[in-house]
Amino acid sequence: MTVLAERHTDFGVGSWTPACALDRLLPGRGVAVLLPDGAQVALFLLPDEKLVAVGNIDPFGRAAVMSRGIVGDRRGEPTVASPLLKQVFSLIDGRCLDNECYALPVYEVRVVDGFVEIRAS
Amino acid sequence: MAAPKPVVVVGHGMVGHRFVEALRDRDSDGTWRVTVLCEEPTPAYDRVSLSSYVGSWDRATLAMPGNDYTGDELVELRVGERATAIDRNARVVTTSAGDRIGYDALVLATGSYPFVPPVPGKDLDRCFVYRTLDDLDAIRAAVETAEPGATGIVVGGGLLGLEAANALRLLGMTPHVVELAPRLMPLQVDEGGGAVLADLITGLGLTVHTGASTSAIERRGDGLRVRLSDGQVVDAALLVFSAGVRPRDELARQCGLQLAERGGVLTDIGCATKDPHIFAIGEVAAVEGRCYGLVAPGNATAEVVADRLRGGTAAFPGADTSTKLKLLGLDVASFGDAHATSPGALEVVLNDATKGTYSKLVVSDDASTLLGGILVGDATAYGTLRPLLGRRLPADPVSLISPAGAELGVGALPDDAQVCSCNAVSKGVICASIADGACDVPAIKAATVAGTSCGSCVPMLKRLLAAQGVEQSKALCEHFGQSRAELFQIVQVTGIRTFSALIAEYGIGTGCDICKPAVASILASTSSDHILDGEGASLQDTNDHFLANLQRNGTYSVVPRLPGGEISPEKLIAIGEVARDFGLYTKITGGQRIDLFGARVEQLPEIWEQLIAAGFESGHAYGKAMRTVKSCVGSTWCRYGVQDSVALAVDLELRYRGLRSPHKVKMGVSGCQRECAEARSKDVGVIATEKGWNLYVGGNGGTTPKHAQLLAGDLDRDTLVRYIDRYLMFYIRTADRLQRTAVWQETIEGGLDHIRAVVCDDALGIAAQLEAAMQRHVAGYSDEWAGVLADEEKLSRFVSFVNAPDRPDPTVQFDESGPRKVPLLLGMPGTFNTAESGR
Repeated sequence: MTVLAERHTDFGVGSWTPACALDRLLPGRGVAVLLPDGAQVALFLLPDEKLVAVGNIDPFGRAAVMSRGIVGDRRGEPTVASPLLKQVFSLIDGRCLDNECYALPVYEVRVVDGFVEIRAS
Repeated sequence: MAAPKPVVVVGHGMVGHRFVEALRDRDSDGTWRVTVLCEEPTPAYDRVSLSSYVGSWDRATLAMPGNDYTGDELVELRVGERATAIDRNARVVTTSAGDRIGYDALVLATGSYPFVPPVPGKDLDRCFVYRTLDDLDAIRAAVETAEPGATGIVVGGGLLGLEAANALRLLGMTPHVVELAPRLMPLQVDEGGGAVLADLITGLGLTVHTGASTSAIERRGDGLRVRLSDGQVVDAALLVFSAGVRPRDELARQCGLQLAERGGVLTDIGCATKDPHIFAIGEVAAVEGRCYGLVAPGNATAEVVADRLRGGTAAFPGADTSTKLKLLGLDVASFGDAHATSPGALEVVLNDATKGTYSKLVVSDDASTLLGGILVGDATAYGTLRPLLGRRLPADPVSLISPAGAELGVGALPDDAQVCSCNAVSKGVICASIADGACDVPAIKAATVAGTSCGSCVPMLKRLLAAQGVEQSKALCEHFGQSRAELFQIVQVTGIRTFSALIAEYGIGTGCDICKPAVASILASTSSDHILDGEGASLQDTNDHFLANLQRNGTYSVVPRLPGGEISPEKLIAIGEVARDFGLYTKITGGQRIDLFGARVEQLPEIWEQLIAAGFESGHAYGKAMRTVKSCVGSTWCRYGVQDSVALAVDLELRYRGLRSPHKVKMGVSGCQRECAEARSKDVGVIATEKGWNLYVGGNGGTTPKHAQLLAGDLDRDTLVRYIDRYLMFYIRTADRLQRTAVWQETIEGGLDHIRAVVCDDALGIAAQLEAAMQRHVAGYSDEWAGVLADEEKLSRFVSFVNAPDRPDPTVQFDESGPRKVPLLLGMPGTFNTAESGR
């Protein structure tokens, strides 16, 4: 795992941060990724093998827990439910489906040589 | 607008309260100002359910809704104040506080007092009556000075006497019932029904003396010696008179109002006395000469007077003296001409001595019209039979009470048939409310008040909903149209062992936070695989995923299992050391365990390494699973204990640990009737008796507290464990998602009786299957946390950040300046904002 730290080559905003090897992820489950600026990202591998990433902080519960929510869908739209008070967020655009006043930031994800990388969009 | 006219209501029982509500409902323009005199220290409460005060001892639970009239300026309630005299000429009531209140209308709702037969010794201080909350408090105080299981005598074997016997039984006494008539409940049931009833009641451990009266009561030591007319002598700790009631008509007598021949304030069909300003309602009213001791006719008189005060001409509609009750857990129903006194009436009787049921229908001489009936032991047919009173029978009378006969559909009822007799609500009114959009029982209750008094018509309301085509959706969520119980069966029958296969075949989409954990729970209940194996890891709620309880700042709490709440000094020290080493906040839980708060995910494996080394295992506080078995210290130490409750609690907790279920399951074991383990507030509660164990089921605390109900009594240990095995497995197989046992028991078809039949009598022939399923669980159990520590792959998930596994989450912070450690949330004063927390 420490090998990952060596891949932190660029710490500026807009640059890509390596998260983990793609095969480390379980379909339908999230992991948390720490960005160089201290921001936290919840990274999910969806059942259809698509990768998505949103902010890790639950705006209702004000704690860094979104990566631990249950992944699913509402009428086909992929979602994650906060593990605290179960509000459901879209994994497409980050908006809260139970209260449209709230949204999670969305991050870009790519895979390079079997490694997942993330950056703020 | 004219000033409102004064109406004084004397008495604040159920009917007095009903009158105030009925008048205020109708009197929208405020022509009347109501003063209510309430003699008892507690405003109107549900006297019909008096025995349910035992156990909770909370007067609030029996309060009639809205009995304080908060916010209604036209109602003044004077609690603890009674009327002492009526001056009819001046139209003034004098109260015990010395006030004189003028009236335009006076409503007497003074109710009844218990009749005490003139027996020598009736005034001894261990003789009680059974009518008010204060009476029950006094009985309770006497019971607490007696030995557990001591004898308590009830004089009177009618409806009220058996209610009183039930209260004594709930208080842990052994009741003897003395009834003058040759059978129990002589007014409601006939000889055959009385015999079945006596058998059933004797089977519950009560002693019944019929055809006997009490001839003398003497003091003997701390208790009483009671001599019966048949020569028997019974020693008892106390005696309760519950041999009927008499109307409290003394105020009326004093002011010269006419009384009925056998007491009660004589009124006409409009509930008015000869004095046009004075009315009588409820049990004190002798409407056209007859008093009624039931709440339904009482409510009818209240409605009549409310209508008359508004200028209406309502008349007392005649009383339906039908009764359906659950006495001591036994069904008894009696309706219409139960004793077949109508000329030419014919009787159809089914007396099943093996099952302990008795059913009788009384029909007209041409067998075409239903006149009445009696049901003992099983009163399920009551709901459809009672509304058919006086109507043409839709089928052969035998088939209506025969278990093999076709069950009568609700369609057979005419629209004007009364479904809720307490509140006089007809089928037509209920169906209209359903047509207006009432789509469940609470909505019908709100719209029509049906089902809000005794509740015996609630099953009927459900059937009316179903008959009107209101689908009570049982779909788990948008991904599965099936209920949890149906998915359980599908998993059992098909052998499907993954969520993805189940949703591909039986659902749609990819799932959600409702169906995934529900299916994970079903899969866990049906195998001994680790819950984080394979795909299972992605289904679990975060608590089950990290095998710890998520707290508000994203940290977790840890609860090691302490079977039966028993813990050695070494283990206490070990827990203390873990808490100290990891800086955890500690608190004792309600389930006799220790909760360690504030652990970050990456600390959990280290914490558990230490705990497992000290001999602990997972307590499953994080799961919808069997949690704890709380116990009192039991006969080993306690002076009062009659059985070793701790040893049993430890064995039960070790047997059922790790068992996953539709909701959490809590258990308790008490070593005597004093019930220090509060077992009756648990899903499964076991209470020691002199002869063995009583098994109670379906209790819980929480928002809607419920007392567990007796499933079976005086069980030996093996039978007890077998019954609990069957009960838990039956619950796991058939309950809805997140349905506690109490709600399951109430909503399952046939209720607790059905569950008892399945668990105790193997009515479905599945007892062996249920036991075998539990045996597989017991044999396959292993500690989930040990399973994680032995598996590198599972362990690797316990990190705050996948790309920085050694970094603790910097957003997790605590305030330790106060008396206890407090988690800080993001964006609160005293913590910092990250790039995104301001959103």
